[in-house]
Amino acid sequence: MDFSWFAEFRQPLWLALLTTLQLLLISASAGFLLAVLVGFGRLSRQPFIAWLSLSYTNLIRGTPLLVQIYVMYYGLGSLFQDMPALRESWLWPYLREGFWYVALALTLSVGGYLGEVIRGGLRAVPKGELEAARALGMPHRLIVRRIWLPRTLYALLPTLSGEAVMLLKSTALASTVAVMDVLGIANLIRNQTFLTYEPLLLIATLYLVLAILIERGFKRLENRLPFRNAL
Amino acid sequence: MKSGMRILGGMLALAVLANTNALAAPALKIGLAAEPYPPFSMKSSSGQWSGFEVDLLNSLCKEMKVQCQITEVAWDGIIPSLQGKKIDVIFNSLSITPDRQKVISFSKPYYYTDAMFVGTKGQKLDPSPAGLRGKILGVQGSTSHASFIAKRYAQSGANVKYYNTQDELNADTAAGRVDVMLLDALAASEFMASKAGANLESKGLAPRDPIFGPGVGAGLRKQDAALKQQFDTAIDKLIKSGQYDTIQKKYFKVSVAPK
Repeated sequence: MDFSWFAEFRQPLWLALLTTLQLLLISASAGFLLAVLVGFGRLSRQPFIAWLSLSYTNLIRGTPLLVQIYVMYYGLGSLFQDMPALRESWLWPYLREGFWYVALALTLSVGGYLGEVIRGGLRAVPKGELEAARALGMPHRLIVRRIWLPRTLYALLPTLSGEAVMLLKSTALASTVAVMDVLGIANLIRNQTFLTYEPLLLIATLYLVLAILIERGFKRLENRLPFRNAL
Repeated sequence: MKSGMRILGGMLALAVLANTNALAAPALKIGLAAEPYPPFSMKSSSGQWSGFEVDLLNSLCKEMKVQCQITEVAWDGIIPSLQGKKIDVIFNSLSITPDRQKVISFSKPYYYTDAMFVGTKGQKLDPSPAGLRGKILGVQGSTSHASFIAKRYAQSGANVKYYNTQDELNADTAAGRVDVMLLDALAASEFMASKAGANLESKGLAPRDPIFGPGVGAGLRKQDAALKQQFDTAIDKLIKSGQYDTIQKKYFKVSVAPK
């Protein structure tokens, strides 16, 4: 075991950790919002919206995430590069970065997978509660905000925690499009020091610690719930 | 139990046979990265390897009177593959550097080329460390170019991106995602002559630097001293006999002979 490279790479390692965390936070929050839309879309009574949500879920869940990232980065990205107007514009510094393509691909992926989970959760809220709210004269939006969605999310917390950990591990794919995330920096260290296992061991530990932190966070959230859920 | 013993015996006999076969033809396993690196090594659609290094390798193997078998490995794991004995020789434009010499040994150099900065046409760019402040600088990881950038451009304020393969870096530079890349001058002119790289131009050569080392040599395990001797003699012979020139004229306009 040779960790003598650690001092030299401390700064880039820290930046890489921040990159991974940024990817995680951006795609988790944007993906969650998308997933709520998809979840409600799947239950929609309008056939087109229901069909659209189902097709989207099928598309996302039916293709490998790595392929989605490549389609975004090399496919979508190559469309942009042929537009000179765009290349001159202020948007280009963002559009050229692999980071945003990975963030987008991860967001869409979370939307697809979590959307289906949320649909299940929405269905599991007892009908009586929603009917009671309606009988009290609550408008539909208020029912969703006060009762339907909160009840769903409480019930889904353990699943959400698992999905968040899965997402953390998916961010490692960012290194395939030259984003310096945690795995990317391990590759760089291996390239420059010719040590394979030490950097991999270090980042495996990093991912593990992050995963444990995420699970702890969700556990705390669960314990803070106003009631024990017995769905 | 008895039949079990018989099967075991049969397996042993087979293993011995296979072993003697291997002894009869001790093919050297030559490691090449699977992705094309024209004009040094590329693979046709029929699976045939060609290129300057492949031609040179064939002549060397003939000179050394050994059988050589090209084995494809991933570029970013090519040195570990050598150490793990998955391959016996790296013959894949591997520059001789002090860092690498700590881990493996090298034959004497069999070619030398400069490193070139390449960016999109029309873009004004000064490839010195001061001139690249705020620019995206791309380089293939685990190359001597990457070590050069890491050491000489660390304080430049350039945003350095490391790529796993030169292919991806080429594509991203042509697409304008990378402002300037540093790569081998020969590989660069090859790419700029192709359709995909038509919008690129040279932004100047990198200064000669000890980091780049004396050139490209065959990478060998440290304990294989006899093999190194064989390679050195064969390289010398090819250069002296003029065979080297015949091969390199097929591929290059300028000489790449080691100095």
